[in-house]
Amino acid sequence: MENLERILSEHPFLAGMDTKHIQLLVGCASNVVFQKGEFIFREGESADAFYFIRHGKVAVETYIPQKGPIMIRSRSEGEIFGWSWLVPPYRWHFDARALELTRAVALDGKCLRGKCEEDHDLGYEIMKRFALIIAERLEATRLQLMDIYGDGPKK
Amino acid sequence: MAMARKSKANKIGRDNPMLVFPFTVARVIRESHDTFSLELESRNRRREFSFVPGQFNMLYVYGIGEVPISISGDPNRSKVLVHTTREVGTVTRAIRKLKVGDTIGVRGPYGRGWPIEKAHGHDVVLVTGGIGLAPLRPVIYCLLSNREKYGKIVLLYGARTPEDILYRKDLERWRSRFDLETYLTVDRATGAWHGNVGVVTSLIGRSSFDPFHCVAMACGPEIMMRFTMLELQKRGVEDARMFVSMERSMKCGIGLCGHCQIGSTFVCKDGPVYSYNSVRNIFMKREM
Repeated sequence: MENLERILSEHPFLAGMDTKHIQLLVGCASNVVFQKGEFIFREGESADAFYFIRHGKVAVETYIPQKGPIMIRSRSEGEIFGWSWLVPPYRWHFDARALELTRAVALDGKCLRGKCEEDHDLGYEIMKRFALIIAERLEATRLQLMDIYGDGPKK
Repeated sequence: MAMARKSKANKIGRDNPMLVFPFTVARVIRESHDTFSLELESRNRRREFSFVPGQFNMLYVYGIGEVPISISGDPNRSKVLVHTTREVGTVTRAIRKLKVGDTIGVRGPYGRGWPIEKAHGHDVVLVTGGIGLAPLRPVIYCLLSNREKYGKIVLLYGARTPEDILYRKDLERWRSRFDLETYLTVDRATGAWHGNVGVVTSLIGRSSFDPFHCVAMACGPEIMMRFTMLELQKRGVEDARMFVSMERSMKCGIGLCGHCQIGSTFVCKDGPVYSYNSVRNIFMKREM
């Protein structure tokens, strides 16, 4: 538990958060390992966690019939993935698959939602941080949609 | 007498920037489905071609037309001139059809290059997307040939798909070096790709440079550079230490015709490389 507390308190995502809130998060945290190729979650399944990647790389994918899996985004060491645990109906919108041996800290979403309901200060801190992540993902998605490396002016 | 004549001819070449010199296509390299590089050699084998990384030439396909293309080769190899371009229009399609031994007209080099000397003693961050890697490749050659003069060197490169990645051999070499931090990402990929997926700006937060003692150079689509500047600012990089390469319709190459004017400057003469400080307002103006 001490180790988890140290990992979480040193993570930039939680920088500046009160120790008592970090300790509440530790109560919902666990170390997890995913083998190369293993699905961490699949689209439509219950979204019951988010992850701090300690080591490894994860692909966020969607499956297109007749085309196969398309990788939408990759996440690697030091990054966070998964925010569907925060938004009803709490179901994953994409697949996540380990591209290599991946070690992460998983935060149990149901446990965390309960703690956020009980302690709104914690809830506000978590929401502020996830709002930044969601905004960053939205911006990145817009850039991807623009297909900015497509054809330039005719010469 | 002959020596005197040749010396005069070379001098004319330097003094008259509109003069087109014939070059021979020595090699055509297919970089991706729509992008290729040409290695050119001067018809006058003794003539050396020196340039500053970031400068461009006007390439002239006889009877078709001229286009400004940045120089993408190694500045230390002055006998070979390298240009990388995509097939996007009449002239570039004509260039693509050239074969080894064919002749192409070259005039230049034009414009101001990247501030390599300003980066001495500092970390260097290169952020590039798509064909924007071409004007930055000479910078990478320069930095690596004088490696001891710089702190960390970070290259962040984004492409549309894995198939669109340019200069694969160079990238493999660069990725295997311990003194160059290279990150690649693509906007979309299938399951066979095991690298990063996401926009190039998402790599900025991941790389380990000193934002307060670095020089950043960005080249790619203007919208990519806009978001790159915002991300670098978030990391704490000063505007005066960020540089971008602007692309406009260059025609004369020497600031006479006005085709490439932005604000009070001509991209062909005062650019194409600018400090972000000096073009920050232009970046946000839709009319520009």
